[in-house]
Amino acid sequence: MKNILQALADAVGRDYVSDQPEEMYFYARDPGLMPPHQPDYVVVPGTVEEIQTVVRLASREKIPIVPMGAGMALTGLIIPLKGGIVLDMKRMNRILEVHEKARYALVEGGTSQGFLKSYLEEHHPRLRHSIPDSPATATIAANVMIHGQGRLTQQYGFNSDMVSGLEVVLASGEICRIGSCAVSPDWFSKGAPFPDLSGLFLGWFGATGIITKIAVKLYPRKKMRDVEIFLTDDEELVPSMIYELTHTEMVEDINIFVQPRPMIFRGNHHIALFFTGDTDEELEFKRKLIWHALDPYIKSKDGGFMGIPPVMKPTLLDMPQKSVSRFADVKKGGGFEYSGPIILVEKYPQCARKIVELAARYDLGYSGMARIIGRGHSMMYGFAFTFNRADSEMMARTRSALCEISLFVLELGGVFWKPTVEEQKMALEKMDPNTRALMKMIKANLDPLGIMNPGNWEVA
Amino acid sequence: MVQLSFDAHLCKTCPTGDCLVKCQYLDVDREKAGEEMVKISEGKDSFVLQDCVTCYACEEYCKRGNHPFYLITERRQEKGILVAPRAITRQWVNIGEPQGKYKVGKIRDKVLSLGFMPEYLESVKGELFEDLMPSYVFGQEFFCNVVYIHFADTAIIKQRLPRVIDHFKSLGVREVVFMHDECYGAFASLAPAYGMEVPFKAVHYFEYLYQRLRDLRDKIRPLRLKAAYQRPCSARLCPDKHHFVRDIMNLIGVELVERQYQDENALCCSGILSLCFGYDIAHDVKARNLADMVKHGAQYCVFNCPACQNTLGAEVAKMGIRPIHMIDLCRMAIGEKSPNGVRPT
Ligand SMILES: Cc1cc2nc3c(=O)[nH]c(=O)nc-3n(C[C@H](O)[C@H](O)[C@H](O)COP(=O)(O)OP(=O)(O)OC[C@H]3O[C@@H](n4cnc5c(N)ncnc54)[C@H](O)[C@@H]3O)c2cc1C
Repeated sequence: MKNILQALADAVGRDYVSDQPEEMYFYARDPGLMPPHQPDYVVVPGTVEEIQTVVRLASREKIPIVPMGAGMALTGLIIPLKGGIVLDMKRMNRILEVHEKARYALVEGGTSQGFLKSYLEEHHPRLRHSIPDSPATATIAANVMIHGQGRLTQQYGFNSDMVSGLEVVLASGEICRIGSCAVSPDWFSKGAPFPDLSGLFLGWFGATGIITKIAVKLYPRKKMRDVEIFLTDDEELVPSMIYELTHTEMVEDINIFVQPRPMIFRGNHHIALFFTGDTDEELEFKRKLIWHALDPYIKSKDGGFMGIPPVMKPTLLDMPQKSVSRFADVKKGGGFEYSGPIILVEKYPQCARKIVELAARYDLGYSGMARIIGRGHSMMYGFAFTFNRADSEMMARTRSALCEISLFVLELGGVFWKPTVEEQKMALEKMDPNTRALMKMIKANLDPLGIMNPGNWEVA
Repeated sequence: MVQLSFDAHLCKTCPTGDCLVKCQYLDVDREKAGEEMVKISEGKDSFVLQDCVTCYACEEYCKRGNHPFYLITERRQEKGILVAPRAITRQWVNIGEPQGKYKVGKIRDKVLSLGFMPEYLESVKGELFEDLMPSYVFGQEFFCNVVYIHFADTAIIKQRLPRVIDHFKSLGVREVVFMHDECYGAFASLAPAYGMEVPFKAVHYFEYLYQRLRDLRDKIRPLRLKAAYQRPCSARLCPDKHHFVRDIMNLIGVELVERQYQDENALCCSGILSLCFGYDIAHDVKARNLADMVKHGAQYCVFNCPACQNTLGAEVAKMGIRPIHMIDLCRMAIGEKSPNGVRPT
C-alpha cells in the first residue's frame, strides 16, 4: 500500500494526502447516525488534473473513491463504506466566473455556499443564489448532488433545477462537460435544447462521476427582504393555506415549523413566509396580497399572523438560518439527524402528527420542518431529532424512530431525500422494475468497476 | 375599590351611550348603544360581541363606572366567542407561562417590576431609576397576565394572578413600581375587584418618573421638541394616571402636538388589530394614526408600551419621525442620552 500512498502524494503533493489514524478516524464518520467506516486514504486535490490522476489510479488499482464536500448531508453518504479514498474537495473552491447579465456563476466542485454568498454580496450585489440552511461550509456541488433545497426553492424548484452546467470527471478519468458548455463557452443551460445528461450525475451521490465545475443560476437580489409568520393550530388546514399562498406568487420561500420549545412555539404550526422588494411599496404590496390570501382563515379564527418582535427578525432573515444548527445541539453532544422525505403538501397533516407521536414514544427532542418546493408541487418534510452523541441509548432510540419514518414515508407515497444506504435499498425495491433496470444499466456503464462511492445506488 | 359587577339600569338611563358612541371602531348611536349594552348584560347576543376590537377605550369613555369592556370580555368568554385566532391566543398564553427563568435583583422595600419585557432591562440603567435599582423583578413569574382580556380569557388571569401576587408576597415588598399600565391596573384595581388581596402598594411608573424628574430638576435641559404620544390600550385601565404624560412633558420641555388621535381619542397601535383581524383594519388604523402625527408636525413619537413601539417604531421612523420610549426621552432630558444616541427601534 505504500506505493499507492506515494502515487497519491505524487498526484496531489505530500501535504494533501494522508493515511494517518487521526485523519482516518475523522473521515470515517459524519455528524449523523450511520456507523463509521474508515477510509484507507484521504486526498485533498487542488486541480481537475489532480482529480483525474487520482481517479485513474483508483480505477487501475480498483480502489473505491468517495467524493466529499463538507460532509454535512448527515445520512452517511460520504462514509467510505468499502474503504478506499475519500476525496475531500475543499481546496477546489475558486469562483471562476460570474456572468452578471446571464445571471449564472461558474464555480469549482468544492466551493462552499458561504463563499459564493459573500462573493456575490461584495462583487455582484444585485445577484443571489438559492442558499440552503446547512452550515455555510456545505458545498454547492454536493448540495445539488443530493437535490438540496434553498431559499429560492419555492420559486424555482430544487437547487438542482437551478444548475446550468457541469464538468464531471468520469470513473475512467476522462472529463465530460454537460449542458450548453459542451458546445459553447457559455454555461447557461444544463441540457435543453439538447438531451439533458445532467440526470446521469445529479442525485447519484458521486456514484457516477465527480463534479469538478458547476454553474448555478443566480437570481435578482432585491434591496429589502422581510418575513411574516402565520400560525395555525390545525394541521389539516396547512395544505390549503399553502395552496392559497403559492397562488399569490408573491412569496419567495415558505418554511413551516413545529416544535415544542421554546414555549412560544408550543402547539402551533408556523408558516414562515419570506418575500422581497426593491422599494417599500413593492414590499407592502406583496405583504398585502399575502395577508389577504389568508383572510378567510383569520375570519374563521383558524389562523393568524403573529407579531414578530424586531429583535427576532434578524435571526429569521439570516441566511443560512442558524437556528437549525442551534437546534442540532439542543441535547448537547452535537447529534442531529433528520429524515426529509419529498412528498405532496397534502400529506402535511399525517407527517405533522407522526413526528409528535414518535417523539413522545421514543422520548426524543424534535423539530418538524417543511420547505415548500415549487408552487406547492411538493415539500420536503424534515422529521428532525436531536441527540447526544455520548448517549448510545439515545442514539439507538433516534435510529429506531428514523427507521419507522422510512416505512411510514414510503407508505404515504413519499420518496426519500438524500437516502441512507438502507433507504436506497428500500426505494430500489419499491421502484418500477424497468426504471430499476435502467438505473443499473447507467451505473454499470458509467462505473463498470464499481469504484465510485460504492454501496450507494447499487442495484443488486 | 373597583366593582366589576355590571348594573344594566345604569345603561338604560345613560344620557350619552358614550361607551359605544365614542368607539372608534364601531358605528353606533346613543339609543343603540344603550340597547346593545343591556342585551349584553342580559346574556343575549349582540354584534358588539363579534365586532369589538378590544381597544379597551370604553372603560374610559364610561363615566358611570359600569366597566363595559370587562362585561364584553366576560360575555365573550361565556359564549365562546373568539376574538383572536386560536393559535394566536395559544401563543400568547404560552408566552406568559412561568418557566422559572425570572430575575430578581437586590430586593428592598420598594421594587421595580419590569414585567417580562426585556427591553426594560436596558432602559432602567442610569440616574432616573437609581433610587430603586437594583431592586427589581423580571420574568413571567411577575407578569400580571391582564393582556389576556384582549383574547377574552379572564379565566387564565384569575388562575395566574394569585400566583403572581404570592411571588411578590414572598419577597416581602411594600411598594412596587410597575412599568406597564396593565400591570399597574392589575394590582391597583383588577385584583382587588376579583377579591384578591394585594399586600403591597402599586405605583405607576409615570408617577415615579414625574417625582424623580422633579428631584433631578437641576439637571433637566428642556428638550424643545414636538412630540406625538402613542397612548396604549392598557392606559385605559388607569385613566387617572394619564395626566402624568402632560406633566412629564411640561417638566422636560417637550411640546405635545395637538393631534386628532390623542388622549381619549387615541388610536390603537394596530398590533392587536393585525393579530386578531387581519391586514385591512390594522393598515387603515396605522395609516390614519401616522398621517395624523405627520400632519401635526411631530418630530418624535413617544411610546409608553414596548409592544406599541415594536409595532409602530419602524413605521414612524420611515415617516421621518423619531420613535422613542418615554424613559429614553426623560433620560435625554437629564443629559444621559444624546438625541442621536437614543435606543434604536
Ligand atoms: C443544520 C443543517 C441544516 C441543513 N439545511 C439544509 C437545507 O436547508 N437545504 C438542504 O438542501 N440541505 C440542508 N442540509 C443538508 C446538507 O448539509 C446540505 O444539503 C449540504 O449542502 C450538503 O453539502 P455537503 O458539502 O456537506 O455534502 P456532503 O455531505 O459532503 O456530500 C453529499 C453527497 O455528495 C457527494 N459529493 C460531494 N461532493 C461531490 C462532488 N464534487 N462530486 C460528486 N459528488 C459529490 C458526496 O459523496 C455525498 O454523496 C442541512 C444540514 C444541516 C446539518
